[in-house]
Amino acid sequence: MIRVDGLEKRFGEVRAVQHVSFSAADGEITGLLGPNGAGKSTTLRILATVLKPDAGNAQIDGIDVVRYPVEVRHRMGVLPHGAGLYPHLTGRENIRYFGRLAGLAGDALEARLGELTELLDLGDFQDRPAKGYSQGQRTRIALGRAMVHEPANLILDEPSSGLDVMATRSLRQLLADLKARGICILFSTHVMQEVAAVCDRIVVIAHGRVVARGTPDEIRHATGVADLEEAFVRAIGESPE
Amino acid sequence: MSPWRVVLNKEFLEGLRDRRTLMAALLFGPLFGPLLFGGMISLILGGSIERSRASVELPVIGLERAPHLSERLVEAALDPAPFAGSVEDARRAVERGDEKLVLHVPQDFGQRLRAGEPARLELVRDSSDRETSEAANRVEAAVEGWSREISALRMAARGIAPELLYPMVMQEIDVATPASRAVLMLGMVTYFLIFATLMGGLYLAIDTTAGERERGSLEPLLALPVRRDALIAGKLGATIAFMLIACAICILAFAVSLRFVPFAELGIRPNTGPLVLVQMFLLMIPFACLGAALLMFVASFTRSYREAQSWLSVVLLIPTIPIAFAGLKGMGPSLPAMLVPSLSQHLLITEVFKGGRLDPLFVAVSAASSLAAAGLLVLAIRARYRRESILGTS
Repeated sequence: MIRVDGLEKRFGEVRAVQHVSFSAADGEITGLLGPNGAGKSTTLRILATVLKPDAGNAQIDGIDVVRYPVEVRHRMGVLPHGAGLYPHLTGRENIRYFGRLAGLAGDALEARLGELTELLDLGDFQDRPAKGYSQGQRTRIALGRAMVHEPANLILDEPSSGLDVMATRSLRQLLADLKARGICILFSTHVMQEVAAVCDRIVVIAHGRVVARGTPDEIRHATGVADLEEAFVRAIGESPE
Repeated sequence: MSPWRVVLNKEFLEGLRDRRTLMAALLFGPLFGPLLFGGMISLILGGSIERSRASVELPVIGLERAPHLSERLVEAALDPAPFAGSVEDARRAVERGDEKLVLHVPQDFGQRLRAGEPARLELVRDSSDRETSEAANRVEAAVEGWSREISALRMAARGIAPELLYPMVMQEIDVATPASRAVLMLGMVTYFLIFATLMGGLYLAIDTTAGERERGSLEPLLALPVRRDALIAGKLGATIAFMLIACAICILAFAVSLRFVPFAELGIRPNTGPLVLVQMFLLMIPFACLGAALLMFVASFTRSYREAQSWLSVVLLIPTIPIAFAGLKGMGPSLPAMLVPSLSQHLLITEVFKGGRLDPLFVAVSAASSLAAAGLLVLAIRARYRRESILGTS
């Protein structure tokens, strides 16, 4: 469960996030949709406790991200945009390292690695050094790394960027599985089709502000356009050429 | 396992698996100095030993005119041989480089000597050619010694005490122990040792900071439920571990390479016993802590691996500045010098090499000052890692 209320963040003169509010429920996939530079990554980084908001607050499972960052991190898995692996470790070692840092050890850790192998379909490649991985393999290991401590909330910043068709499909399948397990998933993207394909709710963000929110149907209805892409373009206030 | 140990183990393991890091840190860095030093010093010392022993050939014009001179020259490890030609020929031969030195005994040499007039000898040489200075010194010393002897005999024959000729005598008292003569050369050992130690941690310091950020693994790492202090401690610990291993390899390599240097032939005996090697290593530990903190601090400000590399190669030179300064000043261990990291290690290790005793106070001050500086840098790194800009994106 993620709640964001009146979030503000500026970098010097740039107001990256302006009064952003939304919430993401457990067992749902919430899409943060917006053009590049809209403030999606900044919002997610505040939720991931690596940036501090200038105003407003954000809560994970009712816990304030600014006041209790360590508790929040226990309940949250983060896949940042362009997340990299340690090239000289194998995929499994990459995940194990994060697991140990999150406080797992021994049999419990190895059991969790086994679960993730199945859930993420990690297969044999996870025992090879990570430097030779394809983008799809890298994303799966990075996801495993983010989920190793069994967080109830997942924040994914453009997880599908750089993935081919098959890898994208299996990522969508995975998100559906995780949703079925009751996990709260918040992910950002600038790809319209992705949102339509997987999201229960959409938060459209542009120029640091929330410009529309709701289920895909609600957004179509609110903008008065049947096509979601058209609705998106209307919502972010650009004139359709 | 506590989080900082998890980080340390992982960074150490990754360092071992990265062949580039491994070669630079634990092979080229520590072995460069010992090999260069061993080879270079062997060449220099070997050459000078040969020169000091070999007798030098000395062409003499009119050798037959001074039979006693010939004996004196032989005693001074010179090998007089008749030179066929005039003084002009000799001058041209030296100018062309065919001969190094030619001694000329003029026609009237014997006559003037018997008459008690100053008898002239001429030495033709090119003083800009430094190779001849050693042989020329020998010729001058031989002639002067002989000349002094003759004057003493003349005074005695006239009933005058020859001592009158020497109203003053200066005698040099050389207090240099054999080992302390080696110190000037051995001072270079610590220079290489300090350099190798820093090199040992260079790549790890970059990889765990700028490298981590560049490849995008820093952000998920910082989003883990781990205190940032633990991350810093682990990364610092792994860097220190690599530095100490490089330092140990370098010390052992020196212990081997110095055996091939003909110190004994010069009457020099540097102390490279096991106890000395252990002392050297222990003296370097505080320096390794400081070096790791310094490299990590600078690297944490850089945005990419490449940028970090170029900055740190400059930083590597900083600790060598006080050493070079001390070398020029001929500085020995003193309490104020112990406050300067790298200089204090240099002076103390040189002292150990010399076979001297270490003042416990000096050792304590040296360690304390280095560790205090390291502590300040760690505080600065902590402050740096608390800032949002550590992510390097905004």
